[in-house]
Amino acid sequence: MIDVRTFVLARHAFVANRDAVLACIVVALVGLISLRFPQFATPGNLAELLDDTAILIVLALGQMLLLLTRAIDLSVASNLALSGMIAALFNRSYPEAGVAAAIALACASGTVLGAFNGLLIWRLRLPPIVVTLGTLSIYRGLIYVISRGTWVNSSEMSPAFLGLVRERFLGLTCLSWLAIVCSVAFWALLRHTILGRRLFASGGNPTAAAYIGIDAGRMQFFAFTLSGALAGICGFLWVSRFAVAYTDVALGYELQVIAACLIGGVSIAGGVGTVFGVVAGCLFLGVIRSALPLVGISPFWQMAVNGLVISAAAIINARGDRSGRRQAILETVDAERRTQGN
Amino acid sequence: MQHTANARRWLRWETMLAVALVADIGFNAGVSPYFMDAWTWSDATFYFTERGLIALPLALLIIAGEIDISVAGIMALASVAMGTAALHGVDTPGLVAIGLVTGTLAGAINGLLVTVGRVPSIVATVGTMSAFRGAAYAVLGDRVLNHYPASFATFGQGYAFGAISVELIVFLVVAALTAVLLHATRWGPSIYAMGANAAATRWSGVPVDRYKFLLFCATGSMSGLAAVLLTSRLGSTRPSIAQGWELEIVSMVVLGGIAVTGGKGTIGGVVLAALLLGFVNFGLSLLNLPGLVMWIVIGTLLIAVVAIPALIERWRTSS
Repeated sequence: MIDVRTFVLARHAFVANRDAVLACIVVALVGLISLRFPQFATPGNLAELLDDTAILIVLALGQMLLLLTRAIDLSVASNLALSGMIAALFNRSYPEAGVAAAIALACASGTVLGAFNGLLIWRLRLPPIVVTLGTLSIYRGLIYVISRGTWVNSSEMSPAFLGLVRERFLGLTCLSWLAIVCSVAFWALLRHTILGRRLFASGGNPTAAAYIGIDAGRMQFFAFTLSGALAGICGFLWVSRFAVAYTDVALGYELQVIAACLIGGVSIAGGVGTVFGVVAGCLFLGVIRSALPLVGISPFWQMAVNGLVISAAAIINARGDRSGRRQAILETVDAERRTQGN
Repeated sequence: MQHTANARRWLRWETMLAVALVADIGFNAGVSPYFMDAWTWSDATFYFTERGLIALPLALLIIAGEIDISVAGIMALASVAMGTAALHGVDTPGLVAIGLVTGTLAGAINGLLVTVGRVPSIVATVGTMSAFRGAAYAVLGDRVLNHYPASFATFGQGYAFGAISVELIVFLVVAALTAVLLHATRWGPSIYAMGANAAATRWSGVPVDRYKFLLFCATGSMSGLAAVLLTSRLGSTRPSIAQGWELEIVSMVVLGGIAVTGGKGTIGGVVLAALLLGFVNFGLSLLNLPGLVMWIVIGTLLIAVVAIPALIERWRTSS
């Protein structure tokens, strides 16, 4: 018999090690690029890089919560775009209501859209991948319906609506600060609260979790609601940052978000992942994105490079994680319970 | 006993799809006086032939407990390969071969990642989806390839006899072959078994990994064939060709009654779902509704398909 504690410790060592390796790769990458292009590693440029990556970080943290509980949200980019459109339309019609109201509306819309996914998955025990594939289409279609296919341009947005995201505080933008605050909050949530431990437990072993009174479905619902709220806020930020709202905002961005999680070492089989890894994964993608044009590679290569990085990360993760449960994401919590005879 | 119960259940599912199909055809006929015409129907078939062609092997793959969401990426890659070859003077038979080989190789890469690399198929194909389409963008950038020989147009624009298009014939033949493979050969039960319980199937002597590898190759080669048809129909290749189709194709399979958890479903259901989605799509275009409204319809159908049986189950166990 293998001592369980040794196994758990070895697993933790691997996970921690993996994050450190990834962080080193990111730093080395920045170092290499700045050898050739010294302006790349200047504080100003790095702050801009963080600003560019901030939305990805916030969304990836939300997605990590879902992956931890063996769920997945493919509708996150549609949620972002729909919430952003709602905020933009509201601002166009009632510019005097102020920017706080627009943010609250975007956040509320994101929460409702996320909770809708979560409710179907929790109460009806439907497979997350099917539900969110469906809502991906529905939410995206609803943008067309509420906007009637029109654009909301920067000239139609109030100065406060456009300005907030560009405010700077201690040299960093609001967006960067949001990413930092979210990272710290998520770290505290997962590391130091009972709720955080329950999230890990419900995805790591739903059957065992059920025996100690954790409802895995409810944890998924919580994760969907929280990540939905974040997607809603990001919707406002996205629209305000790029100063335009239209139907195709962030089209296909859900794959970037999931890719960042996978590169960051979050297991698709649930129960494994760290905030540090996810942030490093996001920064890795961000560095590559901003370095490609600098090195003189056509931006058309971006997608191919992303794909190769995801595949490579997946193979490395598969080497590290040889447990039997490989594809929990395609199963429902219910299926797991049935096969375990509970 | 179990088998007949299952058969009854799927028969009922397929009946529901057939009723929905008839209702939609009735609706379309009510919307447009020109709908009840052989050539209109022929036009409508183009809304599902290429997607359905991929949905068939993908259904086998999902029944076997895996998934492939790189199918549209494979189409883009195969189309770019054909377009580049056509630019260098390759003739029609060569182009078709290149499309099929590119698709099969791409499918083999997915299969190797899953069976040898032990990567979960959803992760592997999220990666290769970007890699394949990314390669298409890397080769082509914002250019267009449209130097196809005249005879290449036969596949997507030709008619076999009367209003029956070449594409429809291809779809029907592949559907028949897939149905026979799943429902009338000894491989069929093995495919169901590995989706229901891969470990038990392996222990009972079925080479599960070899089956899965071959199913990935089949899905890849049908994506290559779909790329031949679509490229031939459009007469040009852009790297954005068939963008977003993976979602429509997976939706088609799930709507056809294939459980994403594996081990359940029939080819008849997938064919009916393909027809249904094709005719609904065509009907919305008759109403001049844009594609995004179609997205709402597909998404709602997809959720309803899984939610309604769950609701019935819930209601039955509580009463």
